[in-house]
Amino acid sequence: LQIFEYNGSAVVAMVGKNCFAIASDRRLGVQLQTIATDFQRISKIHDRVFIALSGLATDVQTLYQRLVFRHKLYQLREERDMKPETFASLVSAILYEKRFGPYLCQPVIAGLGEDDKPFICTMDSIGAKELAKDFVVSGTASESLYGACEAMYKPDMEAEELFETISQALLSSVDRDCLSGWGGHVYVVTPTEIKERILKGRMD
Amino acid sequence: MECVFGLVGKGFAIVAADTSAVHSILLHKNNEDKIMLLDSHKLVAASGEPGDRVQFTEYVQKNVSLYKFRNGIPLTTAAAANFTRGELATALRKNPYSVNILMAGYDEESGASLYYIDYIATLHKVDKGAFGYGSYFSLSTMDRHYREDMSVEEAIELVDKCILEIRSRLVVAPPNFVIKIVDKDGARDYAWRQSVQDVTTAAV
Repeated sequence: LQIFEYNGSAVVAMVGKNCFAIASDRRLGVQLQTIATDFQRISKIHDRVFIALSGLATDVQTLYQRLVFRHKLYQLREERDMKPETFASLVSAILYEKRFGPYLCQPVIAGLGEDDKPFICTMDSIGAKELAKDFVVSGTASESLYGACEAMYKPDMEAEELFETISQALLSSVDRDCLSGWGGHVYVVTPTEIKERILKGRMD
Repeated sequence: MECVFGLVGKGFAIVAADTSAVHSILLHKNNEDKIMLLDSHKLVAASGEPGDRVQFTEYVQKNVSLYKFRNGIPLTTAAAANFTRGELATALRKNPYSVNILMAGYDEESGASLYYIDYIATLHKVDKGAFGYGSYFSLSTMDRHYREDMSVEEAIELVDKCILEIRSRLVVAPPNFVIKIVDKDGARDYAWRQSVQDVTTAAV
């Protein structure tokens, strides 16, 4: 029983020109059986910060609830939204708190920081941050995603082109992973709008 | 092996469960009701370790009643499902319950709904769901014949198809099933499907 592969997931985030895109698959499975094809892995923390959690679905849900709680508390106290870098540090700290009994998730965090500069990072299940300038991936399809993103990515893409690139990278990667897929969910975030799109790929 | 499944129709939700109480190779009784009335408009079909099943569902039932007494209004199905998930999640890393739950309910504002909650506290709202070895047969049958907004007659026809499939293809198929329904008029027994009646005295 591989616990990180129990539910199946694929998550990717990419940086563009003053924008970012974050995408995930939609399958919720229990090992070989598919339970649902509309599982939400990406959550909005606030208009400029998104987090997508891959890994064990129960911990994805628990961690999401804890993070929303912490951010709402921060908003009440500081009277402003959290910066993406701060939020990433918060997630890292919360994960490390459970160092010897961890949440079995690997988050991918994407946000627009000061001056609309896009920020992405990923971390392992005990909070080791990995910042990147181009793209970050996570989940059972991560190896395929690394390859697809490396091949398709180029810097300073505009929102529409970024959407195409991340969608193609996601769909082609999940097609090589039996535990993830059944469509895609993509958010493309610019300083002025958030565009949410559902992808229809191979439904198998 | 315990078979539990359910689906949502037009203004109602149906759940069916087998009624065998099994310990190793012995069938203790074949009229064990595994679908509990959580309140007037909610049903909980549970499968898993017998002690945990009864204890946990009764605990949830009593807490749902307590909320109603304290606050004067009943919980919605979504709230009850989230409460159940919270209890399972809290217990998961201390003293886990081995209970899988399908929670069906009817609310005035949102209509009929079905929630899939597995033993490691993964929660998902679904149109059709199933647990156990029977799920390999019932989920596929439901995938083939299920449509949005089915009438009660059509839904019962589908439930009967699933029961037939389980009976004919599962090696230790449970002989009897109970079917319960919840709609605007409340939660209640719909029917029993018995192929083996309990024998009360030995034939002499």
